[in-house]
Amino acid sequence: MEYVNLVFEEVYKILFLLVPVLVSVAMIVWLDRRVWAFVQKRQGPNVVGPFGLLQSLADALKYIFKEIIIPASSNKIIFILAPIITMTLALIAWAVIPFGEDQVLANINVGILYIFAVSSLGVYGIIMGGWASNSKYPFLGAIRSAAQMVSYEVSIGIIIINVLLCVGSLNLSDIVLAQQNIWFIIPLFPMFVIFFISALAETNRPPFDLPEAEAELVAGYQTEYSGMMYAMFWLGEYANILLMCALGSILFLGGWLSPINLYPFNLIPGAIWLILKILLLFVLFALVKAVVPRYRYDQLMRLGWKIFLPLSLTYVVLTASYLFYFNLLPTH
Amino acid sequence: MIAHAIFFYVFSIIAVISAIMVTVSKNTVHSVFFLILDFISISCLFIMIGAEFLGMIMLIVYVGAVAVLFLFVVMMLNVAQQKNQWFYSEATSSHIPIGLIISAIIFLELIIVVGGWKYKPELLNPNTTKISNEISNTHSLGQILYTDYIHVFQISGMILLIAMIGAIVLTFRQREGVKTQSYLKQISRERSEGVNVLEVPSNKGVKIDD
Repeated sequence: MEYVNLVFEEVYKILFLLVPVLVSVAMIVWLDRRVWAFVQKRQGPNVVGPFGLLQSLADALKYIFKEIIIPASSNKIIFILAPIITMTLALIAWAVIPFGEDQVLANINVGILYIFAVSSLGVYGIIMGGWASNSKYPFLGAIRSAAQMVSYEVSIGIIIINVLLCVGSLNLSDIVLAQQNIWFIIPLFPMFVIFFISALAETNRPPFDLPEAEAELVAGYQTEYSGMMYAMFWLGEYANILLMCALGSILFLGGWLSPINLYPFNLIPGAIWLILKILLLFVLFALVKAVVPRYRYDQLMRLGWKIFLPLSLTYVVLTASYLFYFNLLPTH
Repeated sequence: MIAHAIFFYVFSIIAVISAIMVTVSKNTVHSVFFLILDFISISCLFIMIGAEFLGMIMLIVYVGAVAVLFLFVVMMLNVAQQKNQWFYSEATSSHIPIGLIISAIIFLELIIVVGGWKYKPELLNPNTTKISNEISNTHSLGQILYTDYIHVFQISGMILLIAMIGAIVLTFRQREGVKTQSYLKQISRERSEGVNVLEVPSNKGVKIDD
């Protein structure tokens, strides 16, 4: 009986986290299209519901009732597994995101490593989908995305090391609490810029959307997918983008902390601040999509390996020397 | 405690089965996917014994990077077409003796390690491995790795670096006739080099000589 109660409590907590995440993924797709449209002086989706807010729900309904086509020459098990893996990985990473002092599903010691590991596993959904389709365009998209995601993970990892040097802990709540005096965006501003660009590459957003470059590869790894399976890829992609925005706001923008530690701002719960910061970063993501042209593949690799990697490594040395020289290294 | 045992057996059964499937499965790409499953269940086992840092690093390094490169190579070389049939075929392969020798050596080493652990616990030297519950295992690993074993750590880093340089030297070749884009040249181009303003007389035109 004790176990059963425990399990029910955990399931309740998980649902309390997952349902808002899934709803906000639907909303964020609408916001993305809307921001994109406004930059180009269009209206965007504005018909279904007030301001077109229910557009994503209408799209989801359409996807659910569409036929799922599985190509005859595909590798069926892996073909079906790929979107499931993408979506599962995008959702399980939310378990360690702290929304407040104690408002976290799993407050594990190595939270940041967990997020990093899960986001590096995300590449498998794409590779599996591309390979199992047994078709040229998806395969090329999958190969591109494998190389791209491995390259940009390296610089994201080194940027995380920068933050960890200032915190002295791998726990996400500790990382947020270490920013009570100053948000890390101020001392580590160059790293924030590199993190933002690497996050764009890691989530296959424009200008780094080469795995699904429609001008060359039809739709990249998603070419053979239809109906609900396509929608799952799509949901996983946007959940990943939201996750990267959440990670950015936790590492650099002080997570759930209010910008000014004064009376009226303190009353607002931390979760709201975190959501506002995630939204701010997401609007930046959407703006980048609207204004920047797509990179060529060799430019993408050059940017990752020849510019971001040396730059972030140098910054690690700089941060470490600064902290060591002024005796600011965190002690435990 | 029961839940712990259940999880342990689930993960270890998955690990063993997927390790067998790596060698048995007919399709090479499937073998790599089973290898990934094996890595994941082993990292789950690491997390279960409280070594969460090792488990996560296992996921990041092996699953996130090494196995992706494996998959990359296996897919690119199209070895998936060459069916892995040694397990089913009657004819003995020439690789089997070498494989048997290597696996015998690994088995012997495992016996030595596990036997030593079992019958001479002092070999582990519990006095130098200070494991305390107060500090997280990331801290304790760092404290051991960067103090007592700093030379070993540095040497292993150097070996990896040399291996990397060796791989680059082996595969590097200067190709003739390849046009590369020079960003510096493009940016530092002046208007006077690229544009030439000419007076064009009516009805005569100009002859551009270069």
